Amino acid sequence: MNQAGFPILSLITFLPLVGVLYLATLRGDEAAVARNARFAALWTSLVVLALGIYLWTAFNPAVAGFQFVETVPWLTGLEVQYRMGVDGISLFLILLTLFITPIAILSAWPIKRRVREFMIAFLLLETMMVGMFAALDFVVFYIFFEAVLLPMYLIIGIWGGEKRIFAAVKFFIFTLAGSLFMLLALVWMWRNAGTTDIVTLLHTPIPPRIQMWLFIAFLASFGVKAAVWPLHTWLPDAYGEAPLPGTIMLAAVMSKMGAYGFLRFAAPMLPQASAAAAPLMFTLGVVAVIYVSYVALAQTDMKRMIAYSSVAHMGVIIIGIFTFTVEGVEGALFQMLSHGIVIAGLFICSGILLARGETMALSRLGGLAQKMPVYAAALMLFSLANMGLPGTSGFIGEILVIVGALKVNFWVSLLGAAGMVLGAAYMLVLLRAVLFDKYTRPELAGLKDLTAGEYAMLVPLAVMVLWLGIYPSSFTHIFDAPVTAMVQAHVAALAPHTAIAMVSK
Amino acid sequence: MSFAPLIPALLLGLGGMALLMFGVFSRRERATCCTVGALILLVLAAGFTLVAPAGKLFGGLLVTSTFTRFADVLVMLGAAAALILSVDYNRRESIARFEYPVLVLFSVLGMIVMISSADFMTLYVGFELQSLALYICAAMARDSLRSTEAGLKYFVLGALASGLLVYGISLVYGFAGTTNFASLAAILAHGAGYGTVIGIVFVLVGLAFKISAAPFHMWTPDVYEGSPSPVTAFFGTAPKVATMALLLAVMIGPFGGLLHQWQTLVEILSIISMALGALAAIGQTNLKRLLAYSSIGHMGYALMGLAAGTVAGIQATLIYMAIYVVMSFGSFACVIAMRRRGQAVETIADLAGLSAEKPGFALALAIFMWAMAGIPPLSGFFGKLYVFSAAVNAGLDTLAVVGVVTSIIGAFYYLRVIKVMYFDAGRPEFDPMAGGVRFVMAVGAIVTCLFVFIPGPLVSAADAAARALMG
Repeated sequence: MNQAGFPILSLITFLPLVGVLYLATLRGDEAAVARNARFAALWTSLVVLALGIYLWTAFNPAVAGFQFVETVPWLTGLEVQYRMGVDGISLFLILLTLFITPIAILSAWPIKRRVREFMIAFLLLETMMVGMFAALDFVVFYIFFEAVLLPMYLIIGIWGGEKRIFAAVKFFIFTLAGSLFMLLALVWMWRNAGTTDIVTLLHTPIPPRIQMWLFIAFLASFGVKAAVWPLHTWLPDAYGEAPLPGTIMLAAVMSKMGAYGFLRFAAPMLPQASAAAAPLMFTLGVVAVIYVSYVALAQTDMKRMIAYSSVAHMGVIIIGIFTFTVEGVEGALFQMLSHGIVIAGLFICSGILLARGETMALSRLGGLAQKMPVYAAALMLFSLANMGLPGTSGFIGEILVIVGALKVNFWVSLLGAAGMVLGAAYMLVLLRAVLFDKYTRPELAGLKDLTAGEYAMLVPLAVMVLWLGIYPSSFTHIFDAPVTAMVQAHVAALAPHTAIAMVSK
Repeated sequence: MSFAPLIPALLLGLGGMALLMFGVFSRRERATCCTVGALILLVLAAGFTLVAPAGKLFGGLLVTSTFTRFADVLVMLGAAAALILSVDYNRRESIARFEYPVLVLFSVLGMIVMISSADFMTLYVGFELQSLALYICAAMARDSLRSTEAGLKYFVLGALASGLLVYGISLVYGFAGTTNFASLAAILAHGAGYGTVIGIVFVLVGLAFKISAAPFHMWTPDVYEGSPSPVTAFFGTAPKVATMALLLAVMIGPFGGLLHQWQTLVEILSIISMALGALAAIGQTNLKRLLAYSSIGHMGYALMGLAAGTVAGIQATLIYMAIYVVMSFGSFACVIAMRRRGQAVETIADLAGLSAEKPGFALALAIFMWAMAGIPPLSGFFGKLYVFSAAVNAGLDTLAVVGVVTSIIGAFYYLRVIKVMYFDAGRPEFDPMAGGVRFVMAVGAIVTCLFVFIPGPLVSAADAAARALMG
């Protein structure tokens, strides 16, 4: 049994399903069902969040390995077990999911159509995402990873914008195609190691020639999920067309699933291939940072601009992971958390305008700082965090990644840092077009500032942005141990290889 | 010799005849009575099958084992679901006749004989018994042009398949000198001549016809579309399981020693079926035709396990078939529930807007479609996982890669059904569905959804069955 004394990870993972069951049994007229569904979903997610915080306090940061491990026999004959556990890397991604979900549910309050179904899909989504981060068996991981598609497809397709159907199908087919190649890689590694236990797989050597193929398969699946350039084309469509809560989940949490996959599978299990592919990944990351930043600069729609900025920041995360230095990987992890929170904040800011019946076209906004000072302050804070201003969460992640990259390659670090400048460029354009300038239309002067519900969404996010920015070590000390262990394992795995290379020379 | 293993077959045969007599000599049409009677008989037979001891009968003409038990129960499950679905549909289409349940019972009897056969003679008798009953079922709606056409088409092509099968059997008999499976296995353990191999190819082709593996699938879309929907539901489940089980038993039993000779053939069948099932279904607008192509694809995946030729492979095929049966009768329940103002409708476009009007129905169909596409956590994924894993472990990497690619293509058309139900606007205004249809749909959906939590019983039963077959 684990140190919590009860299967806490399973409880966190499957508790939202209890909410789903409750929602399914709601009866009554439509308005009552909708109201009850909203509150039931919110309470479920808050209870799960409380459990998550307990998990954080009970977590022992000195241990590099997995904690709260649960094992139950599952697929007999295949030797696949239901196995859950967290280490310092997955703990915060779980907490990020748990933290963002209630906020996203709050942001779903204005949705009027088929509320109950929406909340059911949302709680299912939470289960799948938490399960994925907590899974310690490759098959279990794969199931959660893939199952995320089902609720998300419906969320985009039913409650999305005008081109929702195209966006939903594109999203589904892109991600499915990617993950099925991972399934092949999974089956191969399974045959190789005789088990799908992630802990065992982490220590099972794979011939370097095969590693390259497996890496390509992982790149296809995690690259699509993390929207690595050029596999990102589904993203602007999906982010643009999804309803606000869906966009928040996609940007804040689901893009992290891909990065987590690289960190948990590709990098430690395929060390030689990862090292060999690092230049490629750096190139992709740098292209994402620079090219996509320019694309963001060219956007005329607020939501799409934020979407592209998200792709650019994923580039920074990818660079950080493939430096294989403690700083770089920690920076990537930190950036994952920070980006999740900041991007959620930015999308909520755009949603607040949408909720007031405004357009997202930058040319038709402007001057909002006068009548909406609090809104302006919030948007400003998240924008500054997004461009990596010291004192906000964005700074820590980016600086760590740049330091890590500097140890490996000067140019990568320089070009990656250029992303911060470009980030500042488009975020400032956004701020000017939305908050300053003059009103482009007289009706903009009549907008009201934040409501109580909007405070409830933005304040926790703002607090987290500052907490992460001002006192980062309350987070970094937890992923120190596993990241250091991972980097050491990576170096050790490469060592005999180089020794042989030297001998042969 | 103990007759205990024979009780299920006797029960079905004698019970079927009793029902036939009852139907013939009653004054009124007794379709519902007979259906209920047939259902009871199926349940009893399934119960006896589960407790029947393993053994040989009639000097090695029939064997029963854990393997036959597994397949028998699956066949009876499919038949029972098809019967439940038929009650209301047949009444509304005014084709409710007492002969239908009787015919279903006789064809199930044929299937049981075929699954248990340990000799080519019994195999052929069982095979023909089930086929003849099925031909009549296809043409059940005898005033409908489409149904008659379906029956005729099925009969002509089915007769061709039987001809090929019997020709193959005669070749094997001619060159190997026996029709008994055990003796054949001993003779063929160390290789075989060309004559026998050609015979095996013919046997394989004859059986491939019946499971509608491409390129011997031509009858499937037309027969699926033309037959009354409950009959299609029956075609899609029980005969496929029975023939697949027979294929496993024959290829692994008497021809097991020649794995390297037939492995490539099965691989080719599997690849063509998966590809055709995925590609040809894209253009379909009729849901029944879509399911027909999808079933061709599923047979391709199931054959992957046979191609592996290992215990894990057989187990994978059995698991796949069991999961497939449930998904299949579930989706046919959905097809049967599609009635508007007393008329059955079948096109995908008719489903537009269903999710707003009947959320439960739409959810059930979405679950079946997703499961067929193999999206976890639904049961269909586990079927694919087991066959892929068996194929890769047997070194058939190409097969697994093709399977993955066709899964992606296949997902596209399954997804389209869901898209139409959930995203498109429309008012299906379907008539209220009958209790039996609702029951089958709900059971199918629940099993498909919750399989992920309790996979153990099916997996271990399939394992035991596979071990019993491989010896």
